[in-house]
Amino acid sequence: MLYKTITKENFRRMIEGLMEDNDVFGPKWRDRDKNGDKVYRFLKLNDFDELQMDYTRTYSSPKNFFIPFKETLSTYDLAETEWDQQIRYTVHPRVIVGMRACDINALRKLDEVMVKSAFPNPYYFARRRNTVIIGLDHEPLEDCFCRSVNADVVFKGFDLFLTDIGAKYFVAIGSDTGYRIVDRFGGEEVSEADQDAFKSMKKRIESKFKTQVDVTIVPELMDLEFESEVWERWGDKCMSCGSCAMVCPTCYCYGVEEDVDLSFTHAAKQRFLYSCNLIDFAMVAGDHNFRPEPHIRLKYRYYHQFRGFVEAFNQSLCVGCNRCGVACLAGISPKAVIDDLNETEQR
Amino acid sequence: MTLKIPRYDINREPFMTQTPDFNRKSQLLQTERTYKARINAAIQLTPEEKLFQIQILDPKERAQFSCLPGQFVMVELPGCGEIAISISGSCSNHEFIEICIRKVGKVTGMIHRLEAGAMVGIRGPFGTHFPMREMNGSNVLLIAGGLGIVPLRSSIYWVNEHRPDYKDVTILYGARTPKLLLFDYQYEEWRKVFNLTMHTIVEEPDENWTGPVGLITQLFDQVPIDPDDTFAIVCGPPVMFKFVCDHLSALGLPMQRMFVSLERRMHCGMGKCCRCNVGSTFTCLDGPVFDYWSVMNLQEAI
Repeated sequence: MLYKTITKENFRRMIEGLMEDNDVFGPKWRDRDKNGDKVYRFLKLNDFDELQMDYTRTYSSPKNFFIPFKETLSTYDLAETEWDQQIRYTVHPRVIVGMRACDINALRKLDEVMVKSAFPNPYYFARRRNTVIIGLDHEPLEDCFCRSVNADVVFKGFDLFLTDIGAKYFVAIGSDTGYRIVDRFGGEEVSEADQDAFKSMKKRIESKFKTQVDVTIVPELMDLEFESEVWERWGDKCMSCGSCAMVCPTCYCYGVEEDVDLSFTHAAKQRFLYSCNLIDFAMVAGDHNFRPEPHIRLKYRYYHQFRGFVEAFNQSLCVGCNRCGVACLAGISPKAVIDDLNETEQR
Repeated sequence: MTLKIPRYDINREPFMTQTPDFNRKSQLLQTERTYKARINAAIQLTPEEKLFQIQILDPKERAQFSCLPGQFVMVELPGCGEIAISISGSCSNHEFIEICIRKVGKVTGMIHRLEAGAMVGIRGPFGTHFPMREMNGSNVLLIAGGLGIVPLRSSIYWVNEHRPDYKDVTILYGARTPKLLLFDYQYEEWRKVFNLTMHTIVEEPDENWTGPVGLITQLFDQVPIDPDDTFAIVCGPPVMFKFVCDHLSALGLPMQRMFVSLERRMHCGMGKCCRCNVGSTFTCLDGPVFDYWSVMNLQEAI
């Protein structure tokens, strides 16, 4: 990998230059939560000063730039007994600034499913190919456990990845587009001093991790403790709202719905993000529900994240961002559930 | 200084103008493009079940469509919805596809209102198939409960089309009442022409029923099974799998020679929507046909 540095003034010029001809998205401050802390969200930048490079975390993940909450798969012009189906995969180039290593790793996991598996998804593919990702390192928050699931560092899946080393950013270059951007806006060669600053910043980040989640034998425990009361203990709290899946950077389950307009001349097939915690997730026609209770659905959410995906791709689906823990109205956090699962084994 | 990022327009790539071939699943396809198909015949089998013969209109698409017994297609009514339905006819029939649909939900209810001449959208085929060629040289036991005869029927056709490849082929079919036995007009043909042995059983007989009464496992007493040289295909409600497969296991039939077909809710058919998730996998990609050993390893499969 090639590395460069860019001064913060030049970084400003870079973002402003990119905003001229492209849509640029980044973390913006939108509101304050009940504790008075700032709430951030990835939104379109109209001005460089809107970009919060010192943001903590966004409540929802940038996954939705690749898998929107709702998208039209195809449209139909309906005739008497016929129809004409239209499908387009049109995405305009855009830049996302400030994505964390966990969120980029999340995209790489989604790439496994959406691009590298059977039936590559053209909707996702078009979005992925037309998005320039400028990542940003950060000191972990209290509850970040990305390190426990190997999602705290990233080497692929971005165009540029920035580490703040004081007056400059240390820049890892992940693509030709990334190289051209840094080159155009005044990237500099890495000096000895830059390298030292980078090393000490990385060590500082590493020393700040507070939360650990032991996932060593979780794939096995998912089977061994399948009937454990752990699931009822946590699942009975679950209100089946699906918030966890909405904010999760890797949850990709969806539903498809078709609508017809009032004139019966146009129809649309739309997909919308779903959650395996919602009551009718596995309900079939005739009202049989393969997962009738909240604790069964919660268990399967963990089963997919920590067992099914591991079996398929040798990695957990979870990237340790704890967004689901923050979003959960019932106070269910992945750390608490997995700790409980691990303790069961020791009892 | 500015930099305009070039657009990567996949709408201009060759796959956009090609007919999607769902059997080439590693390629970039227009995953939502349906084949337009016309209902040639809609046959009422029972008050709840209808058999549809549908023909893909475009000759190129029709020639390309090729399936194997046990696979399914996604049937779409634009503006109404899309559902996963097993292929029920012969896979060597390249003119039309047969599907049998029970009226049970929103889309199936709407499809039941369609008559010959109406159009539906088809995507597929999807999923795994019964490994008919692996069974060459052996006895085959085809066991169906209720609507399970529908996916099994394409295997029955396959056996007939490759009859010398198999030894004794036996169909065991159980339904709740005699009126619910599907395709009863074909049984004589299956016995006489296809040279298969067939036994039927019902749980609730009517006054005309002269056959055996009870659960499907009771038919096993009438059928000699050679556990060293038999393959079994079991289709039906999940509760039936356990009883039937446990019985066959007890007779010494290896679990890897028993095949079942699972049913789950599906929204895509391509391993993306996760709705058909079972255990560590998806019914649409690794299923719907699983061997019984795999099923034993899938949490909550049956």
